[in-house]
Amino acid sequence: MHLTHKENDNSGMGSQGRHTGSFNCAICALALMTVYVSVESSGTEPYWAFAPPKRPTPPLISQSAWPRNDIDRFVLKRIEDAGLRPSPEADRRTLLRRLHFDLTGLPPLLTEIVAFEADIKNNPDTAYEKLIDRLLASPHLGEKWARWWMDLAHYGDSDGYLTDQIRPVAWRWRQWVVEAFNRNLPFDQFTIEQLAGDLLPNASTQQRIATGFLRNTLSNREGGADIEEFRVLQVKDRTSTFGTVWLGLTVACAQCHDHKYDPVSQNDFYQLYAFFNNADELNINAPLPGEAEEFVSAKKEYDKKRRELLAPVANELAVLQKQWETKLLDTETNPGRDHHWDRELELLGLVWGSRLGDGQLEGLNIVYKPRTKRTSIESDRLQDYFLGSGSRIDEKKFQDLKVSELVQQLDKLEKALPPVTRAPTMVQHHEYRPTHLHIRGNFRQKGDEVHPGAPAVLHALKPTGSPNRLALARWAVSPDNPITARVTVNHLWQELFGQGLVTTPDDFGLRGTPPSHPKLLNWLAIEFVRRNWDMKAMLKLMVTSATYRQGSMQESNDLENILLTRYARQRLSAELIRDNTLAVSGLLNRKIGGPSVRPPQPESVIKEAFEAEWAVSEGADQYRRGLYTFIQRSAPFGQMVTFDFPENNQPCTRRVRSNTPLQSLTLLNGPIFFEAAQALAPRVLREGGRTIHKRLDHAFHLCLSRAPQPAERYRLAEYLEAQTAIFNDDPEAAKAMTGETAEDRSLAQRAAWVGVASVLLNLDEFITKQ
Amino acid sequence: MMNERTFGQIQSRRRFLDQTACGLGGIALWQLMADEAQANPHFLPRAKNIIFLFMPGAPSQLDLLDPKPAMKKYHSQPVPAHMLEGLDDALIRGSAHVFASPRTFRQYGQSGMAYSDYIPHLGKIADDICLVRSMHTDVSNHTPGQLLMNCGQQIFGHPSMGSWVTYGLGSENQNLPGFIVMTSNSGSGIDAGTANWSNGFLPSEYRGVTFRASADPVLHLRNPKGVSAATQRARLDALGDLNRIRQAKTGDPEIASRIAAYEMAYRMQSAAPELLDFSGESKATRELYGLDNDTTKAFGTNCLLARRMVERGVRFVQLYHSTWDDHSNLNQQLKTNCDMTDRGAAALVLDLKQRGLLGETLVVWGGEFGRTPMNEVRRGNTPGKEGRDHHPYAFSMWLAGGGIRPGQIVGETDELGYHVTRDPIHVHDLQATLLHCLGIDHEQLTFRHQGRDFRLTDVGGTVVKKLLT
Repeated sequence: MHLTHKENDNSGMGSQGRHTGSFNCAICALALMTVYVSVESSGTEPYWAFAPPKRPTPPLISQSAWPRNDIDRFVLKRIEDAGLRPSPEADRRTLLRRLHFDLTGLPPLLTEIVAFEADIKNNPDTAYEKLIDRLLASPHLGEKWARWWMDLAHYGDSDGYLTDQIRPVAWRWRQWVVEAFNRNLPFDQFTIEQLAGDLLPNASTQQRIATGFLRNTLSNREGGADIEEFRVLQVKDRTSTFGTVWLGLTVACAQCHDHKYDPVSQNDFYQLYAFFNNADELNINAPLPGEAEEFVSAKKEYDKKRRELLAPVANELAVLQKQWETKLLDTETNPGRDHHWDRELELLGLVWGSRLGDGQLEGLNIVYKPRTKRTSIESDRLQDYFLGSGSRIDEKKFQDLKVSELVQQLDKLEKALPPVTRAPTMVQHHEYRPTHLHIRGNFRQKGDEVHPGAPAVLHALKPTGSPNRLALARWAVSPDNPITARVTVNHLWQELFGQGLVTTPDDFGLRGTPPSHPKLLNWLAIEFVRRNWDMKAMLKLMVTSATYRQGSMQESNDLENILLTRYARQRLSAELIRDNTLAVSGLLNRKIGGPSVRPPQPESVIKEAFEAEWAVSEGADQYRRGLYTFIQRSAPFGQMVTFDFPENNQPCTRRVRSNTPLQSLTLLNGPIFFEAAQALAPRVLREGGRTIHKRLDHAFHLCLSRAPQPAERYRLAEYLEAQTAIFNDDPEAAKAMTGETAEDRSLAQRAAWVGVASVLLNLDEFITKQ
Repeated sequence: MMNERTFGQIQSRRRFLDQTACGLGGIALWQLMADEAQANPHFLPRAKNIIFLFMPGAPSQLDLLDPKPAMKKYHSQPVPAHMLEGLDDALIRGSAHVFASPRTFRQYGQSGMAYSDYIPHLGKIADDICLVRSMHTDVSNHTPGQLLMNCGQQIFGHPSMGSWVTYGLGSENQNLPGFIVMTSNSGSGIDAGTANWSNGFLPSEYRGVTFRASADPVLHLRNPKGVSAATQRARLDALGDLNRIRQAKTGDPEIASRIAAYEMAYRMQSAAPELLDFSGESKATRELYGLDNDTTKAFGTNCLLARRMVERGVRFVQLYHSTWDDHSNLNQQLKTNCDMTDRGAAALVLDLKQRGLLGETLVVWGGEFGRTPMNEVRRGNTPGKEGRDHHPYAFSMWLAGGGIRPGQIVGETDELGYHVTRDPIHVHDLQATLLHCLGIDHEQLTFRHQGRDFRLTDVGGTVVKKLLT
């Protein structure tokens, strides 16, 4: 059916008769949808997304009791115009649960349910808002919302490509994002620090760590790769990521030719490219709390001893190093003359600092720099590299000067330094690197020189200082920008409601889907800027609306829910399914922040990558939130992939929510999910009272934040009885089922409860936000 | 040309089906996909299924399928200058010397194709296959090269051929995934990893499912300890009932789809072991595939499984055997891989043929690019330990079965095997041809993503008529 593209070809639309019923339904749905989607089609006005939004007046509506804020007036107007009605408000347990997942990504604790119930009873007018304020202040909010931003940034804990080496300090940027959400850093500042934190006056270490956003680009350290080719690829990735995330435009389409559909020329692409073309990767010392003091004092001693060690041969080494650097630069200009030196250059350029997650070209960039401009750290690092790997310049001299012994001593000295944690960042190239248009996208075919600048169709970029990344970042969040606020509120909306007002969040261009509620989108965008880009305020605005508080029963004909006549049920993301399961079973380790962890997974998954390893984390680290699971790009964590974790090698603006048998097998049989059932059962038996009735009550509250219905209660009681009988006859199975070794009279019953727990953890309702 | 509205409707309908799983009337997407298997393709298909024997790392065509006796005269000499003109590639170093193949070749079958002494079993099917000596690609690094061959693009994030095919045609089996991947290796994993069978921007239903010839062939297929078949069934029954109660309350068709997915998972739990159960296979079959020999067993088992899968209606099976990246010590390493795979690959074609399945199954063999006619000097130059570097300009593959004209050689290379001199076939041309054999017009099978309609063949690809019957 996916093949029926040709004109007048209706064969896939049910003409064979077998599916007539359902296909007709689908066609109806489409017809409805076509009516719903309003297309702004005036030929004279500029394209909507590039025109500055005007603040619309919330429309008049007839059902004036329904709206809770202005969002609702826009939504209700469309519903009323279509002759439909909004859904009744969801019950308060559903809302409590929905808010918990949307704001913190964790299910409500029993105590939180009780507190909310009491509050509703005593303070019916304020309880809902109080709950929202409490969740907005939760430190888990940062964890939930960081994951959204990580999808856009295409975060990973490894390089990608063939060798896919680990990046052990990539998490520093993730931590920054979690904290930025928690302290509610306004989106304009959030933008500026991530795109250009290093260029801010007196940039703090944290602001420099923020530029780690741009370090989520892949690195190719494969032998035989062309250094400039892959640098160019990285710059292109940063350019197109910027376009997708801040402009909602597929600017990458314009790298080889003018954009086919949108007013983005090839020149526009390279104007943006020029900003990122001048940014270099650099890992810096970014001490964690407690690391700095000890390091700084020890470093003085280190520097002194280093000088002493090197002093006797310093002059001779300096001469050699100079020759070595000259030879490398010459090799770069004239490749192919001597494959040994080609390889030396490749090693310095691409392989430098691999497995430490160091920036690519860090070493080569130091070589490019005039000596006088090098910092002492740069000089030392290059010298260390030269002493360890530069012997090809003069093997004999290296022997005569006993360089290898020297290297050993230097290593020893360095090992004695107290550790300081590093962080990936960006810095400006030491001199201006000119940009040329790449003819047909080929970097070897240089066209005219292009200067940094904004796409012509958008507002003008008028930097006060030099046109660098900082100017670009400020341009992106300038009040004149017609598009960034729209794109961003659309993302927030999508995270909450399951689909955006524009359902193509990566494409606000002519080929994207027009907004279902153009006025609401404009109103939200203006509100966002008016509230100083306050993300928590926008979230609060959205979740306090009557639109958000609707129930999720599917009653109207608005199948795709374009008109927002209900709250759409949404399967939880891969990470949240894990978090939810661990949370209700009591296994979850709620620690916030820190390096990525590697929970156990079948050996076969990791073997799919090239020479990948998976050193399983120990103890409580196995039960961290999904956010912290190590992302090996070439073989992402199996459970996550099964639940639609994105190909994270480019920005993911919208996750797919599929429904497959592999997901069923994972939840039924996967070790961590079965372990959770084994942990949940005794918890229910321990805490839930003595009768089946009370225990089922307790189990339902833990897993679904509600009491069971009579039919559910009856069905599970029946299951318990039958299973208890089976396990009574098979004590070995009961032992395996519970994971217990001791045999006693209640073992069969406990085993049957593991079954109940597993059923609950597999329910559609359990893995769904509704 | 399709008018805009029809196109838009189809796009929306697709998205609608994929996102809501179209549980209308309780029909789950998975069932729908299976039912759709009979939906009309673009035109009459020549084949129903594809088995792609992919050899990551790039096997040396010059030592297996494309003999170059003239190389002897240039052996240990620099490559003649006229052959390096206009080359713009990081890996072809001017300082490398020609390395004549140490292999001996002999001719097989009526077609008289010549194969090296490392792959004698291929000789048995010489008249059943079509040998292509004029493949060429755009890139000489493994990861982008493998992605180009499997996903039509050098970068990550695009759907693989198996995903496109199952997206387009669905599956004929409701108890097994429609796109299955199996791996075996001679020491190392696959460069581009799982991205080779990624669904990219297509829904994850279409991702290749890795299947292993072990007790747990699909991830988490086995019940946890303590869960008997009866307990599993009871769990599923209770789960199904509770889900149905919820569906009655919410009216969400997605729940019906989820119930169906659980039932398919349950069926897969018995279908997969049945697939792996070779007790019904004859002794002759075991011998044919080399199942009782430690060297040939792993790949042979995967080949036999591939046959059993297409027998059961699995649409796209891909075998990976890695790695063939013989930069040095080529003589030894190439032999190791050939010894492991030659028997199984030939057995697969013979077996499909004797069962009358070759007509509807297309078998493809090859890697992401070829290897240089020169010895690779980067890794040393010890006699007997020579290797070859990556070579994108000319390499060989073979095809057999559904829609392919057997017993012919297509394409030629120059006397060194450096450039294609006749009938060049680009990776996108091969992809267009494979889709064509399945009845798919490669320009019509598209998916809207980031504002553009993407397809497997990007903006290229021409069906190679010469390959077809």
